[in-house]
Amino acid sequence: MTNKLDFVAIGVFVFFFALVTVMGFVAAKWRRPETLAHIDEWGLGGRQFGTWITWFLIGGDFYTAYTVIAVPALVYAVGAYGFFALPYTIIVYPFVFAVMPILWKVAKKHNYVTAGDVVYGRYGSRTLEAAVAATGVLATMPYIALQLVGMAAVFKALGLTGEIPLIIAFVILATYTYSSGLRAPALIAFVKDIMIYIAVIAAVVVLPLKFGGYGPIFAAAGEELAKKAAASGGKVAAGLTLAPSQVFPYASLAIGSALAAFMYPHTLTGVFASSGAATIRKNAVLLPAYTLLLGLLALLGYMGLAAHLKLSSNNDVVPVLFQTFFPSWFVGFAFAAVAIGALVPAAVMSIGAANLFSRNFWKHYVHPSITPAGEATVAKLASLGVKAGALLFIIFLPTQFALDLQLLGGLWILQTFPAVVFGLYTGWFRAPALIAGWAAGFVIGSAIAISDGIKPLHALSLGDMHVTLYVGIIALAVNVAVAVIVNLVLIAAAPQGRVKLAE
Amino acid sequence: MSHGLLLAGSSRRIPQGMNKRAFNPLWFLLLLPYIGLLWVPFYNFAQPELFGFPFFYWYQLAWVPLTSVLTYIVYRSLGDDE
Repeated sequence: MTNKLDFVAIGVFVFFFALVTVMGFVAAKWRRPETLAHIDEWGLGGRQFGTWITWFLIGGDFYTAYTVIAVPALVYAVGAYGFFALPYTIIVYPFVFAVMPILWKVAKKHNYVTAGDVVYGRYGSRTLEAAVAATGVLATMPYIALQLVGMAAVFKALGLTGEIPLIIAFVILATYTYSSGLRAPALIAFVKDIMIYIAVIAAVVVLPLKFGGYGPIFAAAGEELAKKAAASGGKVAAGLTLAPSQVFPYASLAIGSALAAFMYPHTLTGVFASSGAATIRKNAVLLPAYTLLLGLLALLGYMGLAAHLKLSSNNDVVPVLFQTFFPSWFVGFAFAAVAIGALVPAAVMSIGAANLFSRNFWKHYVHPSITPAGEATVAKLASLGVKAGALLFIIFLPTQFALDLQLLGGLWILQTFPAVVFGLYTGWFRAPALIAGWAAGFVIGSAIAISDGIKPLHALSLGDMHVTLYVGIIALAVNVAVAVIVNLVLIAAAPQGRVKLAE
Repeated sequence: MSHGLLLAGSSRRIPQGMNKRAFNPLWFLLLLPYIGLLWVPFYNFAQPELFGFPFFYWYQLAWVPLTSVLTYIVYRSLGDDE
């Protein structure tokens, strides 16, 4: 890894970083509302983002900097298995298409800002609302911290070591998010996404020319992966296709991640901020363009193998590939794309978490008569708190801790799925049943993951059947089963207690 | 109770899945990506290759535009639902 300071690359990097900083502050004036001191304006950009803005915002927010670094890193490390991100980010969209417009309509009609609002409005249970809101905040914090890991990888490659560059970047981010709200990441997402597209397309067009096409890249990567598998004595399954033992983990990770993806506060914020159901439906058709990009990006892991890069960490594969094969100015450009790619999701995540804190905690438990302007102020301060927390987290705790928590976060957020989604379709479930299901999924899922040493996969044995699945899916199955059983008991005990569906 | 399932107010169009009176069979198209991608034995092999890509990779990448097209067909069939 070259850690010498490359001033051309740093110059280009700083230029783009400065550009988006200016944009972040100017964003407050973009599509200027009468006042930004309202949570609908600060936290949802006024619910007016049309098809293209939503496309850039959700694309910029869902495909994070961490994705850009970590997916190729996983493919570099283990091969085919790392591609589960591809089916995951395909099958998520039919779900978004079918469900999210219904959720948007409910939110628009009742001025809901968060998943917690939706659940409270539906079931009238403060406990269920608190469970959903707390899970959202808890799952988002380590996710923000991971954006810093993505940013740190490119700072390190530029030769900017220590915590100072990260702190500067985060203070800038915190300041313009505070002043402009969701408008800042929405505007910056345009720049970020276009830069990422240029960087990745350049890589997947130019690099194969150096290797003689994709055929030789796959061939060389296959050999390297076979060596890795042999070196591990068969413990690591690495190859160009999945080992039989990886088939169920692959499919269950894909479906579990897809169901969890739009339960996160940052993705829901993107959905709620759009201008209508048709906007969301069109985006479900158009967003897969990013998935194609992600699939191509993942191949950088194989190019790293084909180039026989010497890496100190798998996460260095993308930065080192660019440094090895591209001129300095383009390295600066691509690294800026990654770093800005961290800012957009980090901003939306902190806004989503702050909205939850303001609407579902502060308003009910501290200040019930709060005005919408007061809500916005609380949310702005909470967004600062959330980001400061993430920064301290990454500076003072081992990175592995953030990775572990993010993995648990995916499991946790998936447990809010029944409470948020089922109520859109049926009035059968009652709040205590969903609370019991959430608690069971959360506790049992966490216990399984922690007892396995915080691994995403768990081997189940049912008689002679042995199958390894994503823990989140196991926990979701427990969640739904408990909710159904408790609900049946509740109905048997009090047949008249059915929830009336809100019109 | 079927009208009560429509949470979103005057839902002429959605949620189709719950409205038995006007169920649009095109919604089934949205199940295809789940079947095609979650049943891994459909594609967990290397041959035939396309442009140097083993089958495992180009098959999954091909589902990206295919899913978009399927979703677009359903979208067109819904008409104006706002």
